[in-house]
Amino acid sequence: MRIDCPLCGARDRREFYYQGAAVALNRPAPDAGVEAWDDYVHLRDNPAGETRDLWHHEAGCGAWLVVTRDTVSHAVSRVELATDVKGAMA
Amino acid sequence: MRVAGKGLVNRDKSVTFRFDGVSYTGFEGDTVASALLANGITLMGRSFKYHRPRGVLTAGSEEPNAMVTVGEGAGAEPNVRATVQEIYEGLMVRSQNAWPSLDFDVMAVNDLAAPFLGAGFYYKTFMWPKRFWEAIYEPVIRKAAGLGALSGKHNEDTYEKAFAFCDLLVIGAGPAGLMAALAAGRAGVDVILCDEDMQVGGRLLAESGAVGHLSGADWAASVMAELEAMANVRVMTRTTVTGAYDGGTFGALERVNQHTGKRGGGAPLECFWRIAAKRSVLAAGALERPIAFQNNDRPGVMTAGAVRAYLNRWGVSPGEKVTVFGNNDDAHRTALDLAAAGVHVAALIDSRQGITVEAASFPVIVGAQVCNAAGRKALESVTVRTSAGEQSIQTDCLAVSGGWNPTVHLTCHMNGRPTWREDIQAFVPTAGSIPDMAVAGACDGVFSTLGCLKDGLRAGQEAAEALGKRVVAVDLPVADDAAYALEPLWAVAGKGRAWLDFQNDVSVKDIKQAAVENFRSVEHMKRYTTQGMATDQGKNSNVMALAVLADATGRGIPETGTTTFRPPYGPVAIAAMGAGAQGHGFAPERFTTSHKRSVERGAPMIEAGLWYRPSYFPKAGETTWRQSCDREVGYVRKAVGVCDVSTLGKIDIQGPDAAELLDFVYTNLFSTLQVGRVRYGLMLREDGTVMDDGTCARLGETHYVMTTTTAAAGAVMRHLEFVTQCLHPEWQVAFTSVTEQWAQFAVAGPKARELLNGVLAQPVDGESFPFMGCGPVEVAGVQGRLFRISFSGEHAYEVAVPSRYGASLFDLLLEHAERMGGGAYGMEALNVLRIEKGFITHAEIDGRRTAFDIGAARMISAKKDCVGKTMAARAGLMDEMRPQMVGIKPVDAAAVLSAGAHLYECGAAQVNGNGLGHVTSVGYSPDLGLQIGIAFVARGAARHGDVVRFVDAVRGLETDVEVCAPVFVDPEGGRVRG
Ligand SMILES: [Zn+2]
Repeated sequence: MRIDCPLCGARDRREFYYQGAAVALNRPAPDAGVEAWDDYVHLRDNPAGETRDLWHHEAGCGAWLVVTRDTVSHAVSRVELATDVKGAMA
Repeated sequence: MRVAGKGLVNRDKSVTFRFDGVSYTGFEGDTVASALLANGITLMGRSFKYHRPRGVLTAGSEEPNAMVTVGEGAGAEPNVRATVQEIYEGLMVRSQNAWPSLDFDVMAVNDLAAPFLGAGFYYKTFMWPKRFWEAIYEPVIRKAAGLGALSGKHNEDTYEKAFAFCDLLVIGAGPAGLMAALAAGRAGVDVILCDEDMQVGGRLLAESGAVGHLSGADWAASVMAELEAMANVRVMTRTTVTGAYDGGTFGALERVNQHTGKRGGGAPLECFWRIAAKRSVLAAGALERPIAFQNNDRPGVMTAGAVRAYLNRWGVSPGEKVTVFGNNDDAHRTALDLAAAGVHVAALIDSRQGITVEAASFPVIVGAQVCNAAGRKALESVTVRTSAGEQSIQTDCLAVSGGWNPTVHLTCHMNGRPTWREDIQAFVPTAGSIPDMAVAGACDGVFSTLGCLKDGLRAGQEAAEALGKRVVAVDLPVADDAAYALEPLWAVAGKGRAWLDFQNDVSVKDIKQAAVENFRSVEHMKRYTTQGMATDQGKNSNVMALAVLADATGRGIPETGTTTFRPPYGPVAIAAMGAGAQGHGFAPERFTTSHKRSVERGAPMIEAGLWYRPSYFPKAGETTWRQSCDREVGYVRKAVGVCDVSTLGKIDIQGPDAAELLDFVYTNLFSTLQVGRVRYGLMLREDGTVMDDGTCARLGETHYVMTTTTAAAGAVMRHLEFVTQCLHPEWQVAFTSVTEQWAQFAVAGPKARELLNGVLAQPVDGESFPFMGCGPVEVAGVQGRLFRISFSGEHAYEVAVPSRYGASLFDLLLEHAERMGGGAYGMEALNVLRIEKGFITHAEIDGRRTAFDIGAARMISAKKDCVGKTMAARAGLMDEMRPQMVGIKPVDAAAVLSAGAHLYECGAAQVNGNGLGHVTSVGYSPDLGLQIGIAFVARGAARHGDVVRFVDAVRGLETDVEVCAPVFVDPEGGRVRG
């Protein structure tokens, strides 16, 4: 597997640390309630198809990336800097 | 025997090698198989289960029978295919799976027991009684079955692994692959062309037909010469592409020195490549399948294409009187080539009716089948059945062809399923199985030479175009374009055992038996019979077995299914995949600046993550580590000790929002920390459990230095990156790891300040450096940092200098310490010192502990949000029945404690579910004169003074211990402030 880091270019997956679903970007407010927090910390979709993950270019530039990929074909369709994705959410 | 005037081997260069201790001579270019055949040796191995004598079946890497062990001693390599191993001067080869000798194998008695050893035999026979399996059956079976064995000694051979990158990877250098590489290469594409053979040409080397005005081999050589002259093309021979992976990544095994006697000196035996390619062309060719009939495994029975290859490429006839048996036109070539070379062809037997063979100088029997073979260790005759009856033909070699299977394997590696083609009775790759891969030539069911050349040209040009290159014309040479016609014939009807999987001894009967027992799915049949599960992965036999299963279950082949091909295509030594990872290469090693000094002082070094830290510093007269440890603890409690603490993670954090970041990642406040002060901080994961702890110093208004534990340094760094990129990219803060930039030493003990004042330019006192103070200092002329922090409970400091001064500062500190009755202390003493004070490490915060559990609930500031705060407030994480951190000390002062032991109520049954908690750390406290520990006990904070039962079932320890506060020394904390 290769991930096209927006800062470094296409690199072997061994350079990256896998975190999990990109929902980690959507941290609830402290008073959002039990359900919102349970959802944020524990509940994850398990799609057969498109998924958005967080990967960290740990052995590269240090950027956290939002990787859109297909869990069936393993095709990576998009790689974005997490800062950009989070910035656009503000 | 060699055939005059035939073959591509270098007859001017003879090569001597040994097989089972006997010396043989071959030529440069020979494989072990071709050289042995040339010497009249046909018996090359014994089968896995029945130890039946076996000869070579094929002339390629798909070989199931002729497995040998190469070399001797520690580096001996088992299960090498004789058809792949090239001979070189001095090569030593041994046969396998036979005892006492290949010629007389005692275990061949298994063959007589065959009626009891059919499909599912292991499952049925050895299910009961259970203990018999381990005690009797398994050892016996392991000894009887099996292929070659490893030496069991350390292998000194060098292996390598490497990455390669290209725009186009062409897999296979036969006519299709060569044309694809040529077309793409001329168009300027960055090409890697891989072929597992020692030279390019593929099937062209084995055929007698011409390409243009050249022989096939000469044409291949001319293309090779052009490709090698191109700077944008790399040709990798002896390189098997073993797997297709995500994102255009391929695995490939290069046999760098397997064909030479060169060992050691840095030249690797093999190199495992990871090739990243934008596009690929699969031109892997096709593999011939035999036909099953009774005793079709006799040495001398081979595929027709292999016989032709031995003749045309190696100038060897595998027999003196050869019979050819096939169901297709291609088999005719074998008879024609042999006859043209002057080899006696006993007969050509075609299973089809109404076939004529032009210019045949040998008997042609059509509408006939070979139904039996005779001769145990070498073929003597075959029985031919026609409508007129059966006849015997004296022959020492039978060339069999049941048709060709395209080598679809790689197209299945990403879950692709091949497509059945009725016209060629074979599976072909399904388009799009591997993204950006095109399939060309025989691999795609194109079986004429011209067709392959044309298809390869197309694939190469299309790849060039897709890669944005302008297509350059390549002339298509004239070549054979004969149609490929066959009628299906998988297994000849008859009694006795007709073999499919030669290596695993799976017969037609076994497959039928599986079907009868309702193992009708291909995957079930495979596992029940072990069909296709040997080292050759059923390359010759899987499709045959599938056809037999289809027949037995009354279904068509496509309805019955196909087997799944998984990587690797061919065997890959673990040594190649893990190249460089032996010994010191297993993991990176991180050394502190004091490493050399510590080793010189005889300190045993222990691993702490990737770091190496001194366990203790032995002194003359000390015979146990405990003596050293006790002495070192004494330094710190009574005088002064010095310890290298550089391995702790150090993260330099700067920016206007640095304080905000720290307030968010630590449970407690850091924005309120004064410049020049240090604070202990606790970090949680978002789920409320403790992630790490450590101190953080404020060096300036917008400048902090965070320390992490040695173990969690990487995880904390990643966490800070996560918070600042994924949660708060708006914060103005930057940070970087400076762990390796600073050497840092703890100076601890009542004389710590006295020692430091001997090396600092400006002496410190309680006012300039109060407890938890920090600031810049000049030490021995070097600008450094001083932190008054303590992990021992004593008056202590940590002094940091740029790493290049670390070794000399360590010397200087030790020199002073030793003069003052102190000295260096290692990890054992450090551990005792911190247990005596109840300071935690990752032995305690093991990923399950909350701040509440470790008695630090009040460290979660009510004034702000932080990572983990919300979830840490869940009722279940603050339940008083949770195991809480306590100290333990034995009622009997002489009792021995151990970490990992469980705690029970005294008198309670020591069973699962009854435990109160467990012990995380123990050490011997010289101050108290007994062993002490840290443990987690349900409702522990309220149980100080209670006696509970300590049980270590693994080490057989059991004693009463008293639960107490986890502070054993100086509970008021006066010393640290003194
Ligand atoms: Zn990067």
